[in-house]
Amino acid sequence: MGEIIKINDLHRDFIVGDETVRALRGISFTINPGEFVTVMGSSGSGKSTLLNILGCLDVATSGDYFLDGVDVKSIDKDGRATLRNRKIGFIFQSYNLLPKTTALENVELPLFYNRSVSNAERRERSRKALIEVGLEDRMNHYSNQLSGGQQQRVAIARALVNDPVILLADEATGNLDTRTSYEILVLFQKLHDDGKTIIFVTHNPEISKFSTRTITLRDGHIIGDIMNPEIKSAKKVLDSLPVDDTQ
Amino acid sequence: MNFGNLIKIALKALGSNRMRTFLTMLGIIIGVGSVITMLAIGTGSKQSIRSEIGSMGTNVIMVMPGNGHFGGVRQSASSMQTLKLSDYRSLANETSYLSHITPVVDASGQAIFGAENTPTTLYGVNGEYLDIHGYALSEGTVFTDEDIKKSAKVCLIGATVAKNLFGKEDPLGKVIRFSKIPFKIIGVLESKGSNTMGMDQDDLLLAPYTTVQKRILAITYLNAIHASAISEDYSTQAINEITKILQINHGIEIGEENDFNVRSMQEMLKTMSSVMDLLTILLGCVAGISLIVGGIGIMNIMYVSVTERTKEIGLRMAIGAKGKYIMIQFLIEAIFISVLGGIIGVIIGILAAKIIELLGTPTSVSAFSIVLSFLVCVFTGIFFGWYPARKAARLNPIDAIRYE
Ligand SMILES: Nc1ncnc2c1ncn2[C@@H]1O[C@H](COP(=O)(O)OP(=O)(O)OP(=O)(O)O)[C@@H](O)[C@H]1O
Ligand SMILES: [Mg+2]
Repeated sequence: MGEIIKINDLHRDFIVGDETVRALRGISFTINPGEFVTVMGSSGSGKSTLLNILGCLDVATSGDYFLDGVDVKSIDKDGRATLRNRKIGFIFQSYNLLPKTTALENVELPLFYNRSVSNAERRERSRKALIEVGLEDRMNHYSNQLSGGQQQRVAIARALVNDPVILLADEATGNLDTRTSYEILVLFQKLHDDGKTIIFVTHNPEISKFSTRTITLRDGHIIGDIMNPEIKSAKKVLDSLPVDDTQ
Repeated sequence: MNFGNLIKIALKALGSNRMRTFLTMLGIIIGVGSVITMLAIGTGSKQSIRSEIGSMGTNVIMVMPGNGHFGGVRQSASSMQTLKLSDYRSLANETSYLSHITPVVDASGQAIFGAENTPTTLYGVNGEYLDIHGYALSEGTVFTDEDIKKSAKVCLIGATVAKNLFGKEDPLGKVIRFSKIPFKIIGVLESKGSNTMGMDQDDLLLAPYTTVQKRILAITYLNAIHASAISEDYSTQAINEITKILQINHGIEIGEENDFNVRSMQEMLKTMSSVMDLLTILLGCVAGISLIVGGIGIMNIMYVSVTERTKEIGLRMAIGAKGKYIMIQFLIEAIFISVLGGIIGVIIGILAAKIIELLGTPTSVSAFSIVLSFLVCVFTGIFFGWYPARKAARLNPIDAIRYE
């Protein structure tokens, strides 16, 4: 199997009033299976815009995008919804769990929109996903009964449950304290070790050290795309942090 | 997409906001409940008036003085003196479609016995009055032709008057006074109860018409002539015949207005029915308006709900819900609220109708009104849920998920 993501000369213009905001100005790269890519850049550089297009939530103004061999440009709105449902796992900065809903039910959500998944299978896969993110004892807790870190784990489980070809995370640790951030990073590294392909948007340079590749954006251009020579282990960093950290 | 899943999703969304769901439903419950109850009161009253008039005898025919225009300006019938005893006589002798006929004069006043007294109406009639109006004697006898000839001071007493004046005592053979004239009670009428209009049919005295004309009213004309057709089927012929005879008697040319009017119970039944139909429609409309208000309540809440759950909608879209699934979800929510509200409303409406029935107003819940309000509910749900649902479906997932 070839590349998972292939984009070529991607542009995204936003028309605001009679001004045109050129958020992406010709982005091209290819991402292969098993890569853990961090996308860096200062605020407003176009990271989220790029990720939304990669996640089929938004469409490029021009340029090509192939996701897992599918030409996204040629697909309509409903087709993109199905694509999101089957091939993409999205993780947001603010978790976006449904209120008054248990962890398990939140994780089940994507499978509700997939008619080929039976009730029993939906339940089973959701349990497995929650076990994978280490929440086996929190399955029936409501989202408001969980800490931020736990909520983000549920969100990760929800992104995993449809067995996507790629996980897209936008500032997934942005709302968490240092320790919890590392815990989440440990989880991402574990998923990466298990063979998941991940794109992780962040403006924290520290985090890029845990990925295999870092793409840096500025003003809608790629200004850096490097393979990280040395990949730090989040687990080791976490273990080295003082247990009772009040920093 | 599995439709069952969408129902589950919609129900979960409703369940997580029970109070609001219930309050929204309340509008529909009240709307449907009042439609059912109002229609039940309407049809119930109509049915009971029908059977009431039917039991009074649909073959009863009444001749009144005056031209009998309903509404408009009209002289009081009792002040007219166009009906004479001679009219009664010629009708009694010449008609072939009547089985019974009686002149009627009436006087209101106090009936007095010892220290007791009660207001009532004294009707001056002949013995056939009982056959025409379906009265029976529980004891005693009816006054005879002899009594009528002699203007005898005898009377029949209605059950209510009997109770008011005599309590548990037997009135038969006692003498009561009406307008200072003593009347000997020779018969007691069996109770007929009150009719739908609430008129007590037992609150009366019957005496020979000659007695009432001469001794009490001092008049020679009649207030009315009551008759019964040989059967309901002949009542139209009977009316025509009576009209013809009276026109000849009164010297009324063709094209001139009659100075009397002849009406059958059947006609009154028709008039009553159409009045009741109008009333039912009116009640239904008032109740229908509350149903519309309930529907607008659903629409309002669905709009609020869409706005409030914008983030949720964005998330659902981000994880792969197509616009139409979002739309169906919100439609199901709206329809569920209106249909469940409708079912509860129907139950409450039926219960309310039963309670009203117990309180004395006749009601009748028709299957038609249930089916109608149920369909209206489904329609309300779809109609008032449509726009909010479409608004939800058209949200842009990125904007929606960022919505705060
Ligand atoms: N819907 C939109 N309409 C108009 N302009 C937009 C829209 N979305 C993004 N932009 C603009 O595009 C540019 C890139 O925005 P984007 O959200 O991708 O930045 P970012 O790199 O994610 O920033 P941050 O790190 O703050 O999240 C910005 O100038 C922004 O104002
Ligand atoms: Mg961003």
